[in-house]
Amino acid sequence: MLTWLILIPFIGGFFSWLAELVGSKSPRWISLISMFVLFGLTLKLWLEHNYSLSNLGADGTSVWVEEIKVDWIPRFGISFHLALDGLSILMLLLTSFLGVLAVVCSWSEVKKKIGFFHLNLLWIIGAVVGVFLALDMFLFFFFWEMMLIPMYFLIALWGHNSPTGMGRVGAATKFFIYTQSSGLLLLLAIIALVFVHASQTGVITFDYQALRNTTMDPKLEFILMLGFFIAFAVKFPIVPFHSWLPDAHSQAPTAGSVDLAGILLKTAAYGMLRFAIPFFPNASEVIAPVAMWLGVVGVIYGAFLAYGQDDIKRLIAYTSISHMGFVLIGIYSFNPIALQGAIIQMMAHGISAAGLFILCGQLYERLKTRDLKQMGGLSSRMPGLPPIAMFFAAASLGLPGLGNFVGEILILVGTFKVNEYVALVATTGLVLSAVYSLILIQRSLHGPAQSDAPIPGLNLRELLMMFSLMIILVWLGLYPQPVLDTSAAVVSGIDQLINSTPPAPAAQ
Amino acid sequence: MTITLDNLQALLPLLITAATTVFVMLAIAIRRNHWWNATVTVVGLNIALIATVYVLFASHLFPDAVSKSLLLQTVTPLFVVDGFSLFFTALILISALGTTTLTNAYVESFKRNREEIYLLITIATAGGIVLTMAHHMASLFIGLEMMSVALYGMVAYTYDRARSLEATIKYMVLSATASAVMLFGMALIYAQFGTMAFSEIGQKMGAEPSLLVIVGGMMLIIGLFFKLSIAPFHLWTPDVYEGASAPVGAFLATAAKVSVFAVLVRFIVVEANGVLISEPFRLTLIVLACLSMLVGNILALLQDNIKRMLGYSSIAHFGYLLALVLLGGKEFGLEGFATYMAIYVVTAITAFGVVTLMSTAGADRDADRLQDFHGLFWHRPILASIFTLALFSLAGIPLTAGFIAKIYVVMAGISSGIVGWIALIFVVLGSSISIYFYLRTIISMFRTNKNLVPFDAKMDWGQRTGGIVVSITAILILVIGIVPNPLMYIAQLTKLVWAPV
Repeated sequence: MLTWLILIPFIGGFFSWLAELVGSKSPRWISLISMFVLFGLTLKLWLEHNYSLSNLGADGTSVWVEEIKVDWIPRFGISFHLALDGLSILMLLLTSFLGVLAVVCSWSEVKKKIGFFHLNLLWIIGAVVGVFLALDMFLFFFFWEMMLIPMYFLIALWGHNSPTGMGRVGAATKFFIYTQSSGLLLLLAIIALVFVHASQTGVITFDYQALRNTTMDPKLEFILMLGFFIAFAVKFPIVPFHSWLPDAHSQAPTAGSVDLAGILLKTAAYGMLRFAIPFFPNASEVIAPVAMWLGVVGVIYGAFLAYGQDDIKRLIAYTSISHMGFVLIGIYSFNPIALQGAIIQMMAHGISAAGLFILCGQLYERLKTRDLKQMGGLSSRMPGLPPIAMFFAAASLGLPGLGNFVGEILILVGTFKVNEYVALVATTGLVLSAVYSLILIQRSLHGPAQSDAPIPGLNLRELLMMFSLMIILVWLGLYPQPVLDTSAAVVSGIDQLINSTPPAPAAQ
Repeated sequence: MTITLDNLQALLPLLITAATTVFVMLAIAIRRNHWWNATVTVVGLNIALIATVYVLFASHLFPDAVSKSLLLQTVTPLFVVDGFSLFFTALILISALGTTTLTNAYVESFKRNREEIYLLITIATAGGIVLTMAHHMASLFIGLEMMSVALYGMVAYTYDRARSLEATIKYMVLSATASAVMLFGMALIYAQFGTMAFSEIGQKMGAEPSLLVIVGGMMLIIGLFFKLSIAPFHLWTPDVYEGASAPVGAFLATAAKVSVFAVLVRFIVVEANGVLISEPFRLTLIVLACLSMLVGNILALLQDNIKRMLGYSSIAHFGYLLALVLLGGKEFGLEGFATYMAIYVVTAITAFGVVTLMSTAGADRDADRLQDFHGLFWHRPILASIFTLALFSLAGIPLTAGFIAKIYVVMAGISSGIVGWIALIFVVLGSSISIYFYLRTIISMFRTNKNLVPFDAKMDWGQRTGGIVVSITAILILVIGIVPNPLMYIAQLTKLVWAPV
């Protein structure tokens, strides 16, 4: 079952490449169907298993509701090991849902080399699903690197050559070099961890469960943790490592942006929750204050830069940095409430950023520009899109009743108990987010119109996409309990791990 | 000294390759027919390959019929036959077979004599096999010169192109200088120890070698490093790679390097039990390895010529390999070395193979400029995918064989303390830089080209022998990348080394 989750996108992608020979419609339908199958399967997995707090293992960690383990490269103790728990299933739900949207939103945008486009699109999804399921460090790294290649092609081949940026090939190369070199650091850290483990037990293994029990001296633990942390920080992106993101976003096609903001960034947060913290609990505690302040810097820096952008996609890219800053604060506060908030925020940001990027794509298809200076007064010129844009801007600024609000408020409440100053300063991010969201609406939709020519409104496909996103955001905002229940076991596992080890700083 | 039947059996790969040389010569003399001469070569090399596998596994497969001592024996003081030499012999034969098949279609349109190239390939192959089996200075030198002299001819084969001629002269002059340096080094070592066998040198070395030996050893190593184009002895590489025709480039990058590296590793790591790499000496070599990684990758950055780019990339790769051998030690290092080498051979044959398929000897240059590849993906999707795969493998991206090779380097580095960690910083730096130029080449195949395409693979490239070779190696890149177990198993055979009692 878990293997199929990975195989479906890969096979679907391959067939939609071949299907290009038949006609331009068929690749789209094949990839749409395979994405729907994937989404259906994850939904089924979510509904049929119990992820709640009652389902905890003896040592307080969450148990895997489903697991596969087959020997792969026995020479180095590498196995094909997949497993599913509450955190993975939430990420998979997000991934497969945005996968469907990514296919739908490129329905009319992508006109050349459709088959190869869908091959790349689906392979990204497949590799990300692999990242969220892999429990063997080698396998994890395998997928971690594999998702970059199709993403690179997506940006480099179907991207826009926007006049303000560095060109799509340049942006794609920058993205690839940033993530690839940080990936190498991760590889070094993984293998070093394996060798440390081997020097203690005499067994070379890449298995997650085995490596978790490695004890090391604090200095070494800190160095290895930094390897993981920096690798994830680049993908996250945490502020000093973020500069690839605005470029990649502004040149990427809509589907690429949706995948990038909605899914790829989440793999980093997932990696921290799943690997960086459980492997190195003590070192993580040491770096936690730094990480939280980095998160605060991200929140404020992202918000400020977002305000100054003229390119609408760059603006949203910087808001991503700001929102992901909250996630980072939530993760490294090690407070169960904040951790829950971080997970909700990941989902809500995935959905709301995807919505905004899809809106940008729709605007671009109609206006052929993404420059805010050339917009203005759109609300009088086109029906449909402006109110929806208003909705997503409201979600982005954290309006109560929508998903982002729940996430941010939980993060801030949880963090406040651990570190008041971080929480206080981070709260200003909420104000700043209101500023950039409103300026986005103000500059694009209101003010004097550039011309009076009406612009066609949204068609049924586009409306359906937007409504599905909006329903989920409202649902996350009003009734997040099912998500909280699903992640509860994982969160309590991390909480146990950190806060029951001797130097427990958190006031619990 | 008497030579027994076992000795002869063990030496079969070399004997058959040498016999193939004679047969090819006779075949050309009897009838100058391109297809027929090429077939003789391929059949001969294939039999040699089968013989290699036979010698390697015979004592396992037919324990009764074959004497146990087939493996792990010395044949005259010059040659040694063990798992190590046979593995690399097989690798050289595979490279030679790949080169021959690629050459076949390539020289079809050549206006002059097409047949002698096969003769040169087999001579160079025999030289390479001698090198892998050498454990004596004399056989080292014989093998090296046998290979090098044939290589001059191969590089110069398309001498109508000014570049080829230039490359040959450059290669010949520098190579001869390196050989002279090496000979001098051998003489110094002989002056000290009075022996030229590797194992005896290792035994007599002791912990505190004299200055004479250090200088001699350094000179010997410099000669070998020149052939391997380890920085700072790499200056000839890009020019020769560019000047040589693409299939010859494939041979230069694979067989020529495999054999020299094998004998180097035998000399410094295997037979002398690592005595030759005393700590300061080892550190020096590691510094050179790191230098190679940097130089190769940085200079490759802005190359518009794909053959030059591959040349620089090979400099970097041999830097990684050298670091792997020196850091990994005798056990892990040998296995990693063999795996890496096999992966590199497969990848390099694929990369040069694609360039070969795009070009013909009849044209006044090869299809080796970046713009010759523009838009390749849209009219030759499979060929372009194969090239993409090869370049990703060179960059060490997962799903390709290159990733497995990189894992070995990282493992060797991590397990060997602070020196290893510092070397790994260079590996990370080098790989990060290298991504840029590999991606640059890859993305150029996806650009749409509005100009006329001067070079293109033939419509039926997939059905031609060269196309089949490239397809097979491309599939191997994928298979090794996903299921490396068989290769790892075979590579472990290289640990079966003959050691002096």
